[in-house]
Parts: sequence; structure tokens; C-alpha cells
Amino acid sequence: MAEEYLLEMKGISKSFPGVQALKGVQLRVRPGEVHALMGENGAGKSTLMKCLFGIYQKDEGEILFQGQSVDFANPSQALRAGVAMVQQELEQVPHQNVMDNIWLGRYPHKGPFVRDKEMYEKTVAVIRDFNMNIDPRTRINQLSVSMKQMVDIIKAVSYHARIIVFDEPTSSLTERETEALFEIIRRLKRDGCGIIYISHKIDEVLTIADRVTVMRDGMWVATEDTKDMSTETLIRLMVNREMENRFPPKHNTIGDVVLQVEDLQTFYPPHLNKVSFEARAGEILGIGGLVGSGRSELLESILGLRKLAGGKIRVRGKEIRSNRDARENRIAMVTEERRETGIFPLLDIRWNTVASSLKKNVNKLGFVSLAKVRENTQWAIDTLRVKTASQRTLIRNLSGGNQQKVLLGRCLLQEPDILLLDEPTRGIDVGAKYEIYQLMIQLAQQGKTIIFVSSEMPELLGLADRILVMSNARNAGILDGETATQEEILKLATRYV
Amino acid sequence: MDKKVVERTNTLGSSQRARQFFMQYAIYLVLFCVILVIVFMEPTFLSVRNITFILQQAATKLIIALGVAGILVLGGTDLSSGRMVGLAGIICASLLQDPTYSLRIYATMPQLAPILPLLLAVVICIIFSIGHSILVSVLRIAPFIASLGMQMIVYGCMSLYFDAASHSSPIGGLDPRYTNLAQGSFYIGDIRIPYIVIYAIIAAVLFWVLWNRTRLGRNMFAVGGNQEAAIVSGVNVKVVILLIYLIAGASYALAGFLDAARTGSATNALGDGYELDAIAACVVGGVSMRGGVGKISGVVIGVLIFQVINYGLVYMNVNTYVQYIIKGMIIIFAIAVDTQKYIKKR
Repeated sequence: MAEEYLLEMKGISKSFPGVQALKGVQLRVRPGEVHALMGENGAGKSTLMKCLFGIYQKDEGEILFQGQSVDFANPSQALRAGVAMVQQELEQVPHQNVMDNIWLGRYPHKGPFVRDKEMYEKTVAVIRDFNMNIDPRTRINQLSVSMKQMVDIIKAVSYHARIIVFDEPTSSLTERETEALFEIIRRLKRDGCGIIYISHKIDEVLTIADRVTVMRDGMWVATEDTKDMSTETLIRLMVNREMENRFPPKHNTIGDVVLQVEDLQTFYPPHLNKVSFEARAGEILGIGGLVGSGRSELLESILGLRKLAGGKIRVRGKEIRSNRDARENRIAMVTEERRETGIFPLLDIRWNTVASSLKKNVNKLGFVSLAKVRENTQWAIDTLRVKTASQRTLIRNLSGGNQQKVLLGRCLLQEPDILLLDEPTRGIDVGAKYEIYQLMIQLAQQGKTIIFVSSEMPELLGLADRILVMSNARNAGILDGETATQEEILKLATRYV
Repeated sequence: MDKKVVERTNTLGSSQRARQFFMQYAIYLVLFCVILVIVFMEPTFLSVRNITFILQQAATKLIIALGVAGILVLGGTDLSSGRMVGLAGIICASLLQDPTYSLRIYATMPQLAPILPLLLAVVICIIFSIGHSILVSVLRIAPFIASLGMQMIVYGCMSLYFDAASHSSPIGGLDPRYTNLAQGSFYIGDIRIPYIVIYAIIAAVLFWVLWNRTRLGRNMFAVGGNQEAAIVSGVNVKVVILLIYLIAGASYALAGFLDAARTGSATNALGDGYELDAIAACVVGGVSMRGGVGKISGVVIGVLIFQVINYGLVYMNVNTYVQYIIKGMIIIFAIAVDTQKYIKKR
């Protein structure tokens, strides 16, 4: 019976308005197997898992679970059937405590009443299983990001499901916590569970997984035994391009110091703790670190969006104290959450492009000049190679990559000297990524200072002249982009955790 | 070298703790001051008699506020509660007139036990509430708009009935057995305790159990705190919303039944403006308009505070229009503090 699969997903397709997210994807998981699912951002891994878990409904294909055809209409059905999932974005109730979150949807009860004592004891037991020390009565919003993630993992395991999906479970875990997770995964394996493990961390996948399925652009690419795989072959499968071609060649020359940040501290949490660094003209400075380590907050502080508790920011020796100062000194930013804080979804490309530079698009009387707006928008479309039918297309109808290009165009129209880019390639396809890398290098060549935050190590290593690694809101160290390794970055990232 | 850093973070921490403490209790401090001012200017204010009056007036408002509070915790809001109270009040009053009253609407109807019209009012309010919850949970209409529409619909229905039954003249001459339920009281020693206060206390206890000890209550907080989390954890969000609305509907019906009895008559103006009083009391008591946060004790305190101020201002003979200004400022202050608590600081 060793041939039998616990879970078979066959020919799964799913499309969203304007995007074909999955095209005939397959995935087969054996009992007692850790099956890694890999692929670049936007390859469709999470979408595939959401189709399994009943969050999305697949358009086509078949799912066999323990030999039975299943089609979960909602997560509730999936959980009852024995499929549990740790979501990539933590789904927790912030004002409720740990135990209420873990047992949400299945409180131990007698009639309509919750049995708090029993719930408390069960929570203590499952937490002890992980060798963790969390008080079940702590409110979720008082936990650190990694602890929140552990709570979600503990919750998923506590369902005693046959299939457990881990969607990037270790993105903000420390080494010790990751080891605790692996211990649990090995135990689940011995119990004959099927584990689907989504991660970008290749070393992790090679350590824990038995087999790996690679996806690219919503399609199945390969399923292989991990013992036959190497880092290089995995990357080749994922990006369909040789490693050396992932980043454009770079020949920027580094000039004088433009930006000085000294002992920067923020007033509200997460409290940046005495962060200091310098950035030079023509330099690409990468900022690495774990999610929640204060990277975005650092960029926002430089742009004057956060209240400071101490420290100085200087541009060419002149101190800047506010958002207005920052803009006058030609600092511009592209934010991380494209949909939340980037695009104006109900406006067209034109008004999205000129949104930050309306002052420059006026006629002599001070009214907005449509001619200038048109001209500047066209310049942005041409320079950034935005694929669109017209300037009047609503930005929400563009792909993520093209939206990002429009936002970069908006940033460039401010004629900045210092560009702050927060996860500039998040959730966009490989081709658009390459173009954005090219643009960043080009801008550096023109003498501009580029400071970018990235969670993708290869991006930091491939693009940055220097890499500043944040750890627990502190500057954990600055590495040389030429010689740094993933291990060094990871080590620094967990330095103050 | 790190000593300075540590000190720095410590002072930051304590100043922020102080700030948090202030945010948590600011509204009580201010209201305490208001009460002090009232007492200072009218020392007779603090009498057992006045306190009994205040409690009596607060009772029905508390019952309404308890229902509304659940909907607020879900992350919604309910502007229809006042009219629902009015609808229930008119139904009960029209069916519970004294058999000897000359203008009795249903002249030939036998004298009913008060519980029967109450049950009828509960059923009718629940039917409206079910419709209301479907608008919010299935059709996903913004709760504000859904309840605004419901408010008008309920008012229209109530007025049609009022018009048809009593030709738009106030429904009076209520059965003393009925009015006594709300107006009556008993004595412990010298202290008069109105029955209606006891009902309100029972309601508060029942709601406390519901909120804190039952699955429905916990799920209500989960849905309000993070609906997506509730969905992926297998909570049937639509059912939770339905039941909370339904319970709110029942509490409005009870409040209407009691309020008509308390005032001794009913018109289609009954309940006008109650919805905003209830929401204001909840918010003053720390129920977040953003959902997911709230305590029964807060609702009780919010209602009491409002009633104390209402009564105190009247007692001091403050100009009616000035009263509006003061109450408006208190609501704005409460919401401002509430918003500061949850706003993302940067």
C-alpha cells in the first residue's frame, strides 16, 4: 500500500478577474511524507493551498483525499475532514488570548457554555508539546511576531489533521523555534501525516522535506526527491533561468555621503534602537532582516512619517526633521503594501502617476495642466515600459508588476535623489522583477542613492553594494554586498532576537 | 555602554504606560469631575431618592444598550434599535389596555396576560432582526446603511399600525397589571427598589454569561476582532451574526414592553433617538466602534454615566440646548479617546 497517496490534487485550475493563477497543477502527497512546495512569489503556491483548504473554490480539477473525491466549500469542512493549514498571513484575533485563538471554532464546551478550565489545560498541554513557554491567557497582540507565528503553528498541529499545510511557517521564527517546529514535523511524519511545506528557504526544504514540487507562473514544473536535488537545480527549476542571469550586471560608481542617519530612535513601537548608517550617491544599499525587525519603520522614519524619540537624519549635512523637509531634500518612497498604501485603485494610471507631483503639473494660473499631466504620464509609461492600453486604464486592472512600475514612475516624477523602496519586487512576476532591477541599477548609475528593503536574500546579495541587516529594531551589522552570504545575513538577522 | 539605552527605553515605557492608563480611564475621570461639579452646585443631588430615579430611568436604556453592544462588538452598528423599541412598545400598549378604558382599541378582546403581548413583540422584533442580519452577513451591506434602512422601515411599519389602530392618538389607559411591572417597586427597609431595575440587572447578568461563558459570545468577539481568522478556524460567521442580531432584537422588544409601561402610554414617537443614546453609552463604556472589544461592565457604567449626567443637568436646571452641547462634547471626547487607543501610532 506504499504506493497509495494520502492526497492527490489533479489538474487544478483557478483564475481571478484578469489573472490565471493556476493552470492544471498537480500535487501528490504520501502518508508520512514532508512534501515541499516551492516557487517564486506569485507562482501560485498559496493559491493552490487555499483551493485545497476551501478558502478558494477551484475552477477545474479534482482533489482526492484518502482516496475520496473532496471539494471543501469552506475551511470548516476541510478541518473536519482532517486538513489543517497555517496561513502565510497570520489570521488571529488580536484582542483575544492565546487559548481562545487556538481553540477558536472548536471550544471545549458543555451545551452552549465554554469549558475554560478544560481549554486552559488542553492549551498548556499542546504548548508543552512544543517545549514552549507561553501563558495561555496572554493576549495575542502582546506577543512578538515569532510567538504569534508559533501560536498559529501550535493551533494547526492541535487539530490532529491527516494533512497539515505550512505556508511559510518560519518566515519570522528564530533558529530555536524552527528546530522545535522541525521536531514536531518529524513526529507528525512518524504518525503517518502528510505535511505540505511551503518555504523560500532552500536549506530548510532540503533538510526537512522528502520530496519537492516546484511551481512557476501558476503551473506545475517538477516533482522530485529532495535527496536528488541541489540548491542550484532547485533555483533553476523555480526561475527557469541560470543563477547568474537573475540580476542584471552592475557598474555604478559610488560617490560622496548623501544621507547620514545617527542613533535613530522612534517614539512608538517597534522602537528603533539607535540605528545609525550612511548612504552614498550612486550606491544601492539593501536592508535585510526578519519580518517585523523594523525595516519598513526605518524607511518611514527617514521620510519623516514617524515620530522620533531621538537621533538625527542629515541629507548632505543638513538635518531634516519632517516629511516636508524630506520631500524638499528629494527623498521619495515606494511603500511595501502596494494595495494598502500605494495605488489609488479607483483612479486611472494618469492620476496615479502624477499623484505626488501635482505641483509640477500646473499652468501659469496654478491650475492642473492636463497637457503636462499627459506628457509626464507618457514619460513614465515609456521609461518604465508599463504595459497598458491607455493612460485612462484604471490601475487596479493592471498586473502587480505593472502597478509597481506606475508607482515607481510616480516616485521618479518627484525627481528624487534618494529613493526608498520597500520590497520593490514583492508579488510581481519574474520578468517585471528583472526590469525593476535594471531600473534600480540605472538610477544608481545616474548618481542616485537607492535604499531598498527586501525579504529575498538573493535579491539583497545580487543587487546591493552594502547590506544593512536589522534585528529586533537594531542595526545588527552592515555587510559588503560582494562577499556576503545568506548565512551571514541570517546570523545577523537573529542577533538581537 | 548600554546603560543609557536601557534607561531611555525604560522612561519611554513608563511614560507610555502612564499614557495608556490615562487613555483607559480618562473618560471616567472627566465624568467623575462632571458629577463633582453637579454635586458641588447642588448638594441635594446625592440623595437615595435621586439615585433610585436615575436607576429607574437607566434600566430600559441598559437593556437596549446591551443588545446594541453585541452588534458593536461584531464590528457593526445599529441605528434601528430605537424604532424597534417603539414598535414593541406600541404593540404591547395596544394589546394591554385596561378593559374598562373607554377608548380601548380592541374593545371586545379579553384581558390578556402581559406576557402574551411581550412574546408577540419579541417574535416580531426577531423577524426584523433576522432580515437585518441577512442584509449585513449575506448581502454584505455596510451595517450603518443596512440599519439606517431598517430604521426607516421599522418606523414606517410602526406608524402604519399606530395610525390604523388608534388613528394616531396616544395609546393610553394601560392595564395596571402591566404598568405595575415597570412602575412598581418593593422596599428593603426604607429603600425603594423599582422592579424594572431588577429586570435590568438580570439582563446584564444574562448578557455577561452570554459574552464571557458561551461559545456564541466568544465567537462574537472573534468575528468582530478578525472575521477572516474566524472563517479559517471554521466558525460559521453568518450564524454568529444572525444570533447576535436576534438576541439584540429580543432585548429591544423587552425594552419597548417596559418603556411603554413605564411611561404609561405609547405613540409612534416612542424610542425616537434611543439608538444614538445606546451607541453613545456603549462607546463611553469602552465598547470599540471597530469591533472585537467591549465589556458588559463598561456598557453598564456607560449607561449609568449618561443617565447621571442627563438627570444632573435637568436637576440643575441647565438650559436644554446647553445640555445637548455638553452631551455632544462627552460623546466626541469618548470616541476620540477610543480611537487613540486603537489607532496605529507611528
